Amino acid sequence: MPMWLFFFLAALAVIAALGVILQRNPVHCLLGLAVNLLDMGVVFIGLGAVTVGFLQIIIYVGAIMVLFLFVIWLLNLQAEGLSGYLGLKFFGAIGAAALAAELAVIFLHAAPISRLVAAPATQGSIASLGRSLFSDYLIAFEVTSVLLLAAVVGAIGLARRIPSSVAADRDEQMRTSISAPVTTDSERRERRSA
Amino acid sequence: MIDLVIGALKAIVIVLLVLNLTGVLLWFERKGSALIQDRIGANRAAVFGVGRRLGLPNLGLVNTLMADPLKLFTKQDFVPEGADHFLHGLAPFLALFPILITFAVVPIGDVLEIGSQTINLQAAHLDVAALYLLAALGISVYGLALGGWASNNRWSLLGGIRATAQMISYELALGLAFLSVIVTYGTLDLQQICRIQGGVWFGWLPRWGILMQPVSFLLLLTAGMAESKRVPFDVPEAESELVAGYFTEYSGGKQAVFMMTDFAEVLLVAVLLTLFFFGGWQVPWLYRDGFHFPGPHGAFFRLPNYAIAILQIVSFWVKTIFFCAFQILVRWTLPRFRYDQLMQFGWKGLVPVGLLNLMATALVVVLFGARY
Repeated sequence: MPMWLFFFLAALAVIAALGVILQRNPVHCLLGLAVNLLDMGVVFIGLGAVTVGFLQIIIYVGAIMVLFLFVIWLLNLQAEGLSGYLGLKFFGAIGAAALAAELAVIFLHAAPISRLVAAPATQGSIASLGRSLFSDYLIAFEVTSVLLLAAVVGAIGLARRIPSSVAADRDEQMRTSISAPVTTDSERRERRSA
Repeated sequence: MIDLVIGALKAIVIVLLVLNLTGVLLWFERKGSALIQDRIGANRAAVFGVGRRLGLPNLGLVNTLMADPLKLFTKQDFVPEGADHFLHGLAPFLALFPILITFAVVPIGDVLEIGSQTINLQAAHLDVAALYLLAALGISVYGLALGGWASNNRWSLLGGIRATAQMISYELALGLAFLSVIVTYGTLDLQQICRIQGGVWFGWLPRWGILMQPVSFLLLLTAGMAESKRVPFDVPEAESELVAGYFTEYSGGKQAVFMMTDFAEVLLVAVLLTLFFFGGWQVPWLYRDGFHFPGPHGAFFRLPNYAIAILQIVSFWVKTIFFCAFQILVRWTLPRFRYDQLMQFGWKGLVPVGLLNLMATALVVVLFGARY
């Protein structure tokens, strides 16, 4: 990747990221994030990690950001000011300062660019990615897929529509289990009179 | 230098070809639907009545290819009150752009040799072209979603939401169909996929992908048609419920761009079906040196390279236009799915079938090795 292209993409990424935090309208913020992630994908591709770059675009820009958009619509989020978030601003400033300090330390201790070695071009290919996923990182890969499966099952369990007969049954059970210790009005009246 | 010129030429030719074909497809759809519904269809405008004086029937080409675009692009560009001006203007182009760039990796022929130059008949050669296609399709959702949202209209928003939900649901089935195809061919390179489909089985049967992946073909056809949001999958723009869905508030040129996106998507689905399952630019029994006809005597017919290239390009576009025509035919013969039916069909029908097909494909490839 030529240097000017890298700097162009880097500047675009920063502008998009600023858009995420400076825009008032949630949909505009989301678009900033989408542009940022797309930009990152292009940087990956330019650096030779072609597969990772395209996967980044497919998954983050094409799927996750679209779901975010859905959530924004679903919750009907509107543009709003920051007046209610002064406390958050305070902690945000502390967090940002800590992050900046950390980045500075990392950059100061990083190896100079002249000593960095470019990865071989084959490393970013889909074949090498697949091979390392299914050999070196097989267990991590499988555990992650089980985790995702559990999340899917959980989401279906939360969102499913319960059949009316089952729901009636459940309601009946809840009613009996709750009403058992509760005294009825007539009992209470008897007790009071006694 | 010469490489740069050739590259630029290829890019310009493919873009112009696609943009013009969208207009031709629009005409095709108007006349085709008229044929199906026993109407006459577009037949009005003519250039100084030349055709009539010569006694030719008016096919409505002037209407569709000249008068209509002229009308659309000179109309008032109306933006509703309270709309997000920037996104309202951006959305149609955000919808068209990802579809247009997919054609960069589509090979429309093998190689053309001019003098010492060997030209790969593909605008951009990419090793991971299939991933590139999926990425572009993934981004294409934004144009519709934002167009619906930015219009400040309930119908538009509902249409945008439906379009988004439908597209991300059917992208899954589309991706599974892609995966089965990729596992079968063992490559993501579209030019390579076409080359692999050359040759014959049993001495006469062209080695086209449809014979290896019939289920995948049906999946891609169905999911692709759903991606292009046309009947029977057109709930995002269902006119009896949502006026026109996400482009209700669009007029003039921007509406035309949305329309072009629609036809570019039809073309893209047809191109994908051709590439993956019908040999792409392959002509049956045509090899690099000419025709080798099957049969006991095996006639051989030598052809120069440029003739072969022309035959391949013609073959590619004939197949593609056939699938475009097929989609138009389906659009005008089937009723619309209800929204819940659409979702059920996608998630409970296509996705499990796609998963099973992928597992079966992987099993066969592992047990018997890739047969291609």
